[in-house]
Amino acid sequence: MQLQRSRGEAVFGVFNIAFLSILSLTFVIPFVSIVSTSLVGVEEWARRGAFILFPQRIEFGAYHLLFTGGSRLASGFFYSVARILVGTALNLIFTATLAYVLGRRGLPGRVGMTLFVFVTMIFSGGLIPTYFLIDRIGLTNTFWAMVIPFLISPWNLLIMRNFFMALPESLEEAAIIDGATPLQALVKIVLPLSTASIATIGLFYAVWHWNEWFNAFLYINDSAKLPLQVILRNILTAGMIEDTEAIPIDQLPPTQSLKTAMIVVTVTPILCVYPFIQRYFVKGAILGSIKG
Amino acid sequence: MADHALPAVRTPRRSLLNVLRKHRLYYLLALPGLLYFLIFHYLPIYGIVIAFKDISPFSSVADVVTKPFVGFKWFRQLFESFYFWQIMRNTVWISLLKLVCVFPAEIVLALLINEVRFTRVKRTIQTVCYIPHFFSMVVVAGIVMSLLTTEGGLLNQLIVLFGGEPTMFLGDPRKFRGVLVLTTLWQEVGWGTILYLAAMSNIDPQLYEAAVIDGAGRGRQAWHITLPGITFVIIILLIFRVGGLLNAGFEQILLLYSPPVYEVADILDTYVYRSGILGLKYSFAAAVGLFKAVLAAALLLGANLLAKRLGRTGIW
Repeated sequence: MQLQRSRGEAVFGVFNIAFLSILSLTFVIPFVSIVSTSLVGVEEWARRGAFILFPQRIEFGAYHLLFTGGSRLASGFFYSVARILVGTALNLIFTATLAYVLGRRGLPGRVGMTLFVFVTMIFSGGLIPTYFLIDRIGLTNTFWAMVIPFLISPWNLLIMRNFFMALPESLEEAAIIDGATPLQALVKIVLPLSTASIATIGLFYAVWHWNEWFNAFLYINDSAKLPLQVILRNILTAGMIEDTEAIPIDQLPPTQSLKTAMIVVTVTPILCVYPFIQRYFVKGAILGSIKG
Repeated sequence: MADHALPAVRTPRRSLLNVLRKHRLYYLLALPGLLYFLIFHYLPIYGIVIAFKDISPFSSVADVVTKPFVGFKWFRQLFESFYFWQIMRNTVWISLLKLVCVFPAEIVLALLINEVRFTRVKRTIQTVCYIPHFFSMVVVAGIVMSLLTTEGGLLNQLIVLFGGEPTMFLGDPRKFRGVLVLTTLWQEVGWGTILYLAAMSNIDPQLYEAAVIDGAGRGRQAWHITLPGITFVIIILLIFRVGGLLNAGFEQILLLYSPPVYEVADILDTYVYRSGILGLKYSFAAAVGLFKAVLAAALLLGANLLAKRLGRTGIW
């Protein structure tokens, strides 16, 4: 059917796209400004008075300092990546096993166990009791403080349970009649059938681990064990990296360049994977809302 | 949920032990996850007793169990302090400001995106709008700080360009909340359109065709078909936003605020953090945290109840 379009509507269509394009620019321009600030050298900074959308001369001084000047960037990357690898693997194991049992129709106590989890989504002991616990069981200042207290996200657990419950029951039943244990049924039947869903949940956990900063900031004092986000936070507040004594003061890049360079370093990995992961998150947001 | 499948579970003489034995492998499989919740969620819930005792950073775990109760001492201290009202006001006010500004903006943006007829343009706009949601709060705070700094931040440069005076946005109590709201708007407005756009794509296309035949233009279609089609989603989301009213944005504020703006920026969460973790007043901070947790749970349960009732009866 050919829609009859009035002149007003055509005008609206054009203005709408123009407006949305300008809006989109407001999401892009701050980032462009961050990137260019990170590439400005001391001399240009002093001469042109800071904000420059396009630097006349690109200088990598800030990046050079970050990557060589004892900024803990290497260990930061290491701990951020370790968090993702170890953390996400444990997240998936703990989440999948419990989700499988919670999705098992007719299992006595299933409702009770679900409620046990659900309560924690509504009510929590709060920061202080949690901090006290994690400190007293000796997790403070260890890598595990970023992993073990966050093994299962109730939200992801319920999404995964719904994935499992959508699978046809007969397959599992057949396996169990053939003598498979629940663990075997989970690993050999259910997981292979839901690889895509598991990968999606794994993605949620991985991005969470990359972006999470508060708990690392709270529980880890040793600067050699900090993930990237906390190192960024420290550079933003202090305006300096550690051990700059070694570098002559006149060779230091502008403070703003250093800060923005660190932002770029921290956000680049996310930007690189973003185009590929976006749709899974959109799907997840919709799924999570349907059966929240 | 109907409990079918698994035959022979409902034998008349089903003792607990028998049930446990019969399904022991399932329970064994669930055990690690349940233990996790027990230790890292239920132990802290037990730890609420800290708010009713005298617990300091030097107290042992045994102290939490054995020390005598001091009643509502810490709560009284909280409610009697003049600071309490300031924090409550800030928490609710910041939250409401964000609700009033961001919530309608998401709906309007979703309607506008929905009107874009070129699929590729639409996709691109969506992709760009969603990006900030994937940035960590530290990155977003860093971007905000860099844009607003008086040492050559983009915004202050523009102000100077147009003949104004550079402003310390993050240090000015009159401007700080505006910065918070705009930051949230920037980070979440795009992502907030997802559920609306999903609901819009579920609207029966025949409704639009019928409207076209009846002579309705795009504006009328949006008003009479699209908007009613998402009303339910709007109401449910609004209910849950109100349910989360006490979450005014802890991480965001913690990263952006400073002593000069405490009077307008300090919320329950930041107060718990400062008095407990930095000020080492564990019991007092635990009391503030418990006060918030109880109120928040009540709000959330109320929201849930309301949403469920609407879900069952419909809204018209």
